[in-house]
Amino acid sequence: MIRYVARRLLQLIPMLLGITLITFVVMQLAPGDFLSEMRMNPVVSPERIEQMRHNFGLDQPKPVQYLRWLGGLLRGDFGYSFAFQIPVLDLIGTRVGNTLLLNVSAFLFAWVIAVPLGIYSALNNYRFGDHALTVGALLGISLPTFFTGLLGLYFAYETKWLPIGGMTSVEYDFMDPFGKMADVAWHLVLPVIILGLGGIAGLMRQMRANMLEVMEQDYVRTARSKGLAGGVVIWKHAVRNAINPLITLFGFALGGLLSGSAILENIIGWPGLGNLLLEAVQKKDLYVVMGSLVIGSIMLVTGNLISDLLLAYVDPRVRYD
Amino acid sequence: MTNRAPRGSKAAKAATSALHTLVEAPEVRAESPTRLAWRKLRRHRLAVSGGAVVLSLYFITIFAEFLAPYSLDYTERSKFLHPPTRIHLLDEDRRPSWPFVYGTLLVDPGLRRYQEDRTERYPLRFFAAGEPYRFAWVIPANIRLFGVEKPGHVFLMGTDQFGRDQFSRILYGGRVSMFIGIYALLLTLPIGVAYGAISGYFGRRVDDVMMRVAEIVMSFPEFYLLLALASVLPPQIPSSQRLMLIILILSFVGWGGLARVIRGMVLVLRELEYVQAAQAAGARVPYLLARHIIPNTASFLIVSASLGVPGAILGESGLSFLGLGIQEPDASWGKLLASANSIQTLTGSPWLLWPGAFIAAAIAGYNLLGDGLRDALDPRSRSGGGFGRSRRRRRA
Repeated sequence: MIRYVARRLLQLIPMLLGITLITFVVMQLAPGDFLSEMRMNPVVSPERIEQMRHNFGLDQPKPVQYLRWLGGLLRGDFGYSFAFQIPVLDLIGTRVGNTLLLNVSAFLFAWVIAVPLGIYSALNNYRFGDHALTVGALLGISLPTFFTGLLGLYFAYETKWLPIGGMTSVEYDFMDPFGKMADVAWHLVLPVIILGLGGIAGLMRQMRANMLEVMEQDYVRTARSKGLAGGVVIWKHAVRNAINPLITLFGFALGGLLSGSAILENIIGWPGLGNLLLEAVQKKDLYVVMGSLVIGSIMLVTGNLISDLLLAYVDPRVRYD
Repeated sequence: MTNRAPRGSKAAKAATSALHTLVEAPEVRAESPTRLAWRKLRRHRLAVSGGAVVLSLYFITIFAEFLAPYSLDYTERSKFLHPPTRIHLLDEDRRPSWPFVYGTLLVDPGLRRYQEDRTERYPLRFFAAGEPYRFAWVIPANIRLFGVEKPGHVFLMGTDQFGRDQFSRILYGGRVSMFIGIYALLLTLPIGVAYGAISGYFGRRVDDVMMRVAEIVMSFPEFYLLLALASVLPPQIPSSQRLMLIILILSFVGWGGLARVIRGMVLVLRELEYVQAAQAAGARVPYLLARHIIPNTASFLIVSASLGVPGAILGESGLSFLGLGIQEPDASWGKLLASANSIQTLTGSPWLLWPGAFIAAAIAGYNLLGDGLRDALDPRSRSGGGFGRSRRRRRA
């Protein structure tokens, strides 16, 4: 097991190198650099711009620039944000936490709803309830988050039941710690439901398929034939084995969730990584775009790794080679 | 399969027919796989309705000029954020009448409230002359399905903040949204298939390197990569070029997953005996791949195509929604929905959500169709029922 983990971690190194390289190349494709805009500004003197070019190493050849940036990354220096005037890492740090909070909550929400629905669907295979859930899942998967997000906002505004966007209330700074937690949780409800909605469909269908497969296994038939109660067979023998493959979906689901939440963060005004990336893209804040892209991929890769390790841990049939 | 005798051999033919009479085998022709799949698909009620939705969306976008009462950039500045026009079927005395609309007046500019002006009455006219357009890019025409005489107006789905008819813009904008998926697919499919097939066929080192590269591309959250790529598009380029670059970006983001599955299938296929027989007979690699290996992935390709198009549609809509895709004055459903992305506008003018419903319908249509295709093409699936099991699918 330890060797497996070590090997998986070693594999990450070329991958992360590739991620940073692609990120760097993509951003070099942009016409001009962030100093182009400053050149238009009559207040900034040409000497000052030359100075900045030198400071940021923009006068160096491209490979040198890449290595300098990469070296910085390894030391935890992601560069400097021109728009916010603070180091990129400080900026990204708080945003990553918010994005993770949103995505992990949405995943858990989707899981809690999807697993029972999937079980129900499998047990009522090809009956009305199953059909209704299947159609519902297909339609749910088809609603883009930017549409459901807007619908959700409209709903929140009309009913006044939920806060309209943002992560905190205006009086957040004056609340005690428990009040703060409750406030964030209250703001979390709407985005979590919206983001989780799309996830439910996929997870539910997967759970249904797993469950149907497990129910046909020999050991389930054995359990039935030796006279165990139906409930015991389902919950102790079938469900436990059907849930296993869902764990691997965590990594996959995270990819979808991160993409979905990028737009949702913008609509709801959630101060997350996706929102930051969009802001940075609009302001041509180079290092922030590169940093967000790298951090976003690291989150995804880590999610995949965790789900692989979890599966290896819960399923003894997984081989470690 | 029917039993085939070697061609040109009369004796063989006679022998076969003799054999047939001997065992009294009725002349039954087995159904070809394509026909079988088609028959299964037609029985799949959900897939048929999904396909119908997709086809009708293509229909209305192709004939947008005729169906839309206004042109893409027709602007009525005084009627900005106008609610959908009510079409009356009863006149003032509540008697049935030919459908008509009333003129409207802006009574409260702050709250953008419009009121019907009962003194102005405009009957709905069908197949009447409207804004001129060119049918199929060449034939000049001005007949539109419906409209009202000026200065009356009929805004079926309201207007945007510039006073442009949203219904017309949805029809025109659908062209970008509905066709971008197909164009992106035309790029993604060959790239993904070739990449996966080469990687799987040669295996070992080649496979290792190629798959690592594909994995790196796939390890970016899809939409993050799309955003970053869209941000490097030069701002001052013609919209047709911009559209092409967006298609390029969408394909760049989308080929990885396809390549990986194809590679897995080719790994299995290349070990099969008929492939080895072809190898032994001296078939060259490109021929072998194109003739013997790739055709065997066809059913997977059809399914992944029908599920890949909605992925591209979502990608384009998302980018345009955030202002990084299609630029004004051009329209796409994502771009149109962007006007609703402000809480004041949204709550005051909820009809701006309509483009979102069209996006959802297109995606749902494709998903239902793809799901049905998967069942129909899967030889292990039950032929009836119409609700098969499904594995994971894409979403954004």
